[in-house]
Amino acid sequence: MIPTLLKPHPEVWVYLAASPLSWLTLTLAAYLVADRISIACRRHPAANLVALAAIFIILALKATGTSYETYFAGAQFIHFLLGPATVALAVPLYRNLERVRATALPIAAALGVGSLVAIVSAVAIARLLGAPHEIVASLAPKSVTSPIAMGLAEKLGGAPFLTAALVIATGVFGAIILTPLMRALRITDPAAIGMAAGLASHGIGAARAFQIDSVAGAFAGIAMGLNGALTSIILPLLRPLLGL
Amino acid sequence: MIAAFAGILACQLAGEFVVHAFALPLPGPVLGMFLLFAFLVLRGGRSAGAVPQRLGGAADGLLGHLSLLFVPASVGLMRYLDALAANAVTVILAVALSTALAQAATALTFRLLARSEPTSQP
Repeated sequence: MIPTLLKPHPEVWVYLAASPLSWLTLTLAAYLVADRISIACRRHPAANLVALAAIFIILALKATGTSYETYFAGAQFIHFLLGPATVALAVPLYRNLERVRATALPIAAALGVGSLVAIVSAVAIARLLGAPHEIVASLAPKSVTSPIAMGLAEKLGGAPFLTAALVIATGVFGAIILTPLMRALRITDPAAIGMAAGLASHGIGAARAFQIDSVAGAFAGIAMGLNGALTSIILPLLRPLLGL
Repeated sequence: MIAAFAGILACQLAGEFVVHAFALPLPGPVLGMFLLFAFLVLRGGRSAGAVPQRLGGAADGLLGHLSLLFVPASVGLMRYLDALAANAVTVILAVALSTALAQAATALTFRLLARSEPTSQP
C-alpha cells in the first residue's frame, strides 16, 4: 500500500526504506497498537504484546516486500536496549533483596527442578514425535535467553537460528499461558509465578511477569539469569543421557 | 539520568569484557546484571533494598516496556517460518507442553519449599 502511495515519487520510498527512521517508527507504532488491543482485551494473556506487534510488522514487511535485514538495520536501536534492560533487572532484584534472601532455598530448588524439566521434557517430547536430530538439539535449550541457547544448540548439533526462533516461540507461549496455568495450579505467590515465568520463558516471560507486579518481575529476572547459567552447565553434562 | 544510564552501560561493558576474556558461557548483559546487583549490595550496607533514585528511575524506564524491546528479534521469526512449518506439529507440541511443564514444576517446587520455611512468611 505504501509503495503504491509513493509511486509518483519512487525515490522517496527508496530513501525512506533504507533509513532507520521508517522501521523504528513502524516498530513503535505496531507496539502502541498492540498495547491498545491488549488494554481493550483487559490485558487478556492471549493478547500478547510481543506476538501482536511482531505479527503487524511481519505483515507490513511482507506487504512492502521488505527483507528482515533491512527492517533490523533500523530496529536494531530498540533491540540494543535489551542489553541495558537485562542489566537493569538488578534493580528490582535488589529492591526485593530481603525476600530473595529469605527464599534462597526455594529459589535454588525451583531452579534445579525447573531447569531439568525444561530440558528433558522438550527433548523427550520431540523424540517421541520422531523429530530429526537437528530439531531435538535446537529445542533442548529453548527456555533460556537466546544468546545462551544459540551457543548451546550449536554444540549439540542444532541450528542456532532455528533455536533463536524456538526461544522466541517459547517466550511468547510461556507469557500467554503463565496466568491461566498458575490459576489452575492455585498458585498466587508472585515470587513463585515470577520464578516460573523467568525460568521457563526467559525475558519475554519476565516482561509478562512485570505486567503482573514488580515482585514477580524481580523473581523472573533472577530465574532467567540463573537458569541461563545453570542450563549452560548442565546441558553439556546431560548430553549422553539425552542421547544428543 | 545520564549518569545512571552510563552506569548501566558500564556494567554491561564490564560483563561483556569478562565473558569474552574468560570465554564464559553467559551473555555479557546477564553477567552485567549480577555485577550491578553486587554493586548495589556492596554499596547498600544497612539500608538494603534502597536503590539510588536516578538509577531506579532509569531501570524502571527500561523495564516498564520490556515487551517492546523483544519485538525486533521476534520479527526475525519470519525468516524461519518455512523451517518451523516443516516440523510444525512436533515443534508446537514440544514447545507448548515443555514450557507448561517447566513453569508448573518451577512454581510448585518453589511453593512447596517456601511454605515449609517459616522465615519466608511475611
